[in-house]
Amino acid sequence: MIEFEAPKPIVQQHVALQTVAENMMRPVSRYFDEHEHEIPWDYINFMHMAMRATGAGSLAPRERKPKEGEEQKEKRPPIGYQALAFMLETLSWGDVGLYLCTPGGLLGAAAVEAAGTPEQRQEFLARFSEEKPAFGAMAMTEPGAGSDTASIRTTALLDKETNEWVLNGEKIFVTAGQKSLCESHGFVVVWATIDPSAGRAGMRSFVVEAGTKGIAVEKLEHKMGIRASDTATIVLQDVRVPFENMLGRAEIVKEPTSKGFQGAMATFDATRPLVAATGIGVARATLELLKELLTQQGISIRYGLPRQKLTSIERDVIDMEVMLRSAWLLIIKAVWMADNRKPNPLEASMAKVRAGDVVTKITQKAVEIMGPLGYTRDLLLEKWFRDAKITDIYEGTGQINRLVVARNILGYSGRELR
Amino acid sequence: MYSFEPSEEQQMLVDAIKRYAVNDLRAKAHDADEAANLPRNLIEKGWELGFLQASIPEQYGGFGERSAVTGALAAEEMAYGDLAGALAVMTPGLFTVPIAQAGSEEQKQAYLPVIVAGDWSPFTAALIEPYFDFDALDLRTEAKKLGEDYVITGEKTYVPYAADAQAILVYARFEGQTQGFIVPQGAEGLEICERQKLLGIHALPLFGISLKEVHVPKTNRLGGAEGHDFAPILDASRIAIASMAVGLSKAAFEYSRDYAKDRDVFGVKAAQKQTIAFMLAEMATEIEAIRLLTWEAAWMLDNHNEEASKQAYLALTGATDMAMMVTDRAVQILGGHGYIREHPVELWMRNGRGIATLNGLAIV
Repeated sequence: MIEFEAPKPIVQQHVALQTVAENMMRPVSRYFDEHEHEIPWDYINFMHMAMRATGAGSLAPRERKPKEGEEQKEKRPPIGYQALAFMLETLSWGDVGLYLCTPGGLLGAAAVEAAGTPEQRQEFLARFSEEKPAFGAMAMTEPGAGSDTASIRTTALLDKETNEWVLNGEKIFVTAGQKSLCESHGFVVVWATIDPSAGRAGMRSFVVEAGTKGIAVEKLEHKMGIRASDTATIVLQDVRVPFENMLGRAEIVKEPTSKGFQGAMATFDATRPLVAATGIGVARATLELLKELLTQQGISIRYGLPRQKLTSIERDVIDMEVMLRSAWLLIIKAVWMADNRKPNPLEASMAKVRAGDVVTKITQKAVEIMGPLGYTRDLLLEKWFRDAKITDIYEGTGQINRLVVARNILGYSGRELR
Repeated sequence: MYSFEPSEEQQMLVDAIKRYAVNDLRAKAHDADEAANLPRNLIEKGWELGFLQASIPEQYGGFGERSAVTGALAAEEMAYGDLAGALAVMTPGLFTVPIAQAGSEEQKQAYLPVIVAGDWSPFTAALIEPYFDFDALDLRTEAKKLGEDYVITGEKTYVPYAADAQAILVYARFEGQTQGFIVPQGAEGLEICERQKLLGIHALPLFGISLKEVHVPKTNRLGGAEGHDFAPILDASRIAIASMAVGLSKAAFEYSRDYAKDRDVFGVKAAQKQTIAFMLAEMATEIEAIRLLTWEAAWMLDNHNEEASKQAYLALTGATDMAMMVTDRAVQILGGHGYIREHPVELWMRNGRGIATLNGLAIV
C-alpha cells in the first residue's frame, strides 16, 4: 500500500523539536553566525539532556529485553532513519549551523553504525548516552583528495608486534572535529589506506578516540556559512589505535578488496538523505519567512490559478513549494528504504542531488525577491543563503551524486562512467 | 506510516496495463499520430483491462472502489505507452467518475450500469474553454436558472470524442461555482464544431463545442438539485494529468537512455560522456520527485486531507515543467535523430508540452 502518513512517534517528536528550534536555536542564530568558533554550550547541554531522556537522535529504539513471561510486543516496522530525517530537518529549520553542534554521534556515528560490527557499535557508541555530551566526526577529505576518495594518502600500517594500527596523514574539512577531539570524549572515524598501491581496495576506516596520542587539530576553517559548526584540519602523526578500531569484520583486513570502500559508500547511502534533510530544513525556513514577509506586504499566493493569471512572485513561490515538497519526498523514500533494509544508493543520491539544488535555488530566489530587505543582515534570509550552499557540497557534491545516479540508471561501473 | 510499494492488487493492475501500453498503445502510436486516428479495437482492448470499471462500486455494476492512488498508477502506465491512446481509453471516465463520486442516485442508476457493462463508448466531458487564461474555477460558459431547469451558454474546446458521444458532462459557471451538467447529444442549441488540429496528440479526436441557450432539465445537474463540490473533480483531473506526465516522461527518459547506451561517439558510448550521463541523471531525479509528489496528492485525496487540492495543484505544476524538461532533453540526447519522426521522442516532446494545457481531459 502506498501511504504518506508520518508515523505517530515522529509526529510527536516533531512537535517537541519544533519548540527547541524556535526557542533554543532561532534566538541565538545570528549571534553564533557572527561569533564563529564560539561553542553553543547552552544548546549542546540542553540537547544532550533532552536526547538522553527521550532517546531521540539514536537510530534504533532502545532495546528492552522482555521479562520472563512477558510477551514480545508486536514488531513494528523500523522508522529510525525516518525519525532522524525529520529531526534533522526540524533542527536545521531552527539553525543548521547549531544543528551541526548537536551532541551524540549523529553523522559521525553513522559511519560506525553503517560499517561497524555489533561489538564495535557497542564499544564506540555507548559514550553518547553517558552523562557528559560527546561528539563524533568523520575524516575523509585530504588536501589532495576531495570527492576523489580513492586518492586518499593517509596510511594505516599494522604493527604486528603490538597488533596496533599506525596512522599517518592530514585530514581537512572535518565537521565537528574540534568538538570530537578537544571538547569531549568523542572520536573521529579516519579513512586511510592499508595499501597505497591498491587504490580503493586498500581503503579502511578507523576509530580514533579523543586523547589518542599523535592526533591534533591544527586549524579551524572560516566559512561562508554554517559558522557555528567547527570545520577542522586534523594531523595524524604515528597515531596508534588497537586492531579492533578498524571498522568492519577482521577478515577484510587480510586482503585488499573493495569491501573497505564499499563500507564508506554504505555510510553515504545512510547519511546522504540525512544531509539532504538538513538542507530541506533551511529551505523550509526560508520559504516560510518569505511567505510571511510577502503577506505583510499584502501579497498572498493564489494557489489553484492557471499559470497565465499568476504574478511572477506567485509563480516563484509556487515553484519553490513544488521543489521543496518533492525533494522532501525523495528523502523520505530514501530513508524509508534504509529503514527497511532495501539497497538505496540511487535514491540516496537522488535525494541529495535534488535537495542541494532546491535549497540553493530557494534561498537565492528569496534574497532576490525581497530586494533591498533580502540582502541585509537584519533578516536571516542572507544567512540561510550562505548556510544553504554547503548542502550541495558536503557528503558528496551535486556532481558526484549525479555520477552515482547516472551509474545506477545506466548500469555502469565506475570504470565505464568515470 | 510511509510506504512506497503498491499493493499486490495494484501491482497486478500496473503490470497488465504496462503490457498493453507497451505492446499495443506504443506499438501503434506512430501510425496513429500520422493518421490522426486511433483504431477502435485498440481502445476496446484497453477498456477491457477494466481499471475504470474497477473504480465503480458493485451496486452500479462495477467491481471495486475508486482510489486516486490506484488511478494515478494506472494513468501513469497508460501514458507510458502513448498519451493520445491513454486519454482515449480513459475518456468515458470523464463522465463516469464524477457521476460515481458526486452524482445523484438517479444519475448513477441511469448511467453507470450501462456504461460499465458495455463496450468502450465515448461518454465525455467539456471543461476547457478557448481563452488563453482559461480557469476551471472561473468559467465563462454560464448556466442560468430557467424555472426549475437550467440554460447553458458558452464555448468549450478540447472535448474528446464530442462528435460520437452519447452525452457530454458540460461544466459551467453557476452562481459563482463550477458545476457539471449532463447534456445529451442532439440537445437543441448544442453544436459540435470541426475536429481540432493540435501540436500533439493528433490521434485523439478533440472538438470544440458551442452551447447556445441549451436547455438542461433540473435532474441533469450533476448531484441533482443541490449540485456538487467541484474541487475533488478538479483535484482528480490534476492528479490524472500529472500521472500521465510522469508516464510519458518515463518513456522518453528510458528511450533516450537506451539510445545513449547504444550510440558510439568518440570511441565510447554517448552515455559514457558525463554531459549526457548527467542530463539523464537529472531527468531520472526529476521524474521520481514529481512522481512522489503526485502519489502524495492522490493519497491525500483518498484520505480527504484538506491539503489535497493544493498538493494536486503543486503536482500538476511540477509535472508540467518536468514533462517539458524531460522530453526536450530526450530529443536533444538523440540529436538530429531525435528530430526525425521515425523515433518517438519528437512525438513525446510535442505531447509533453500538452501537459500544461490538457487538465480536464482525464480523471482518476
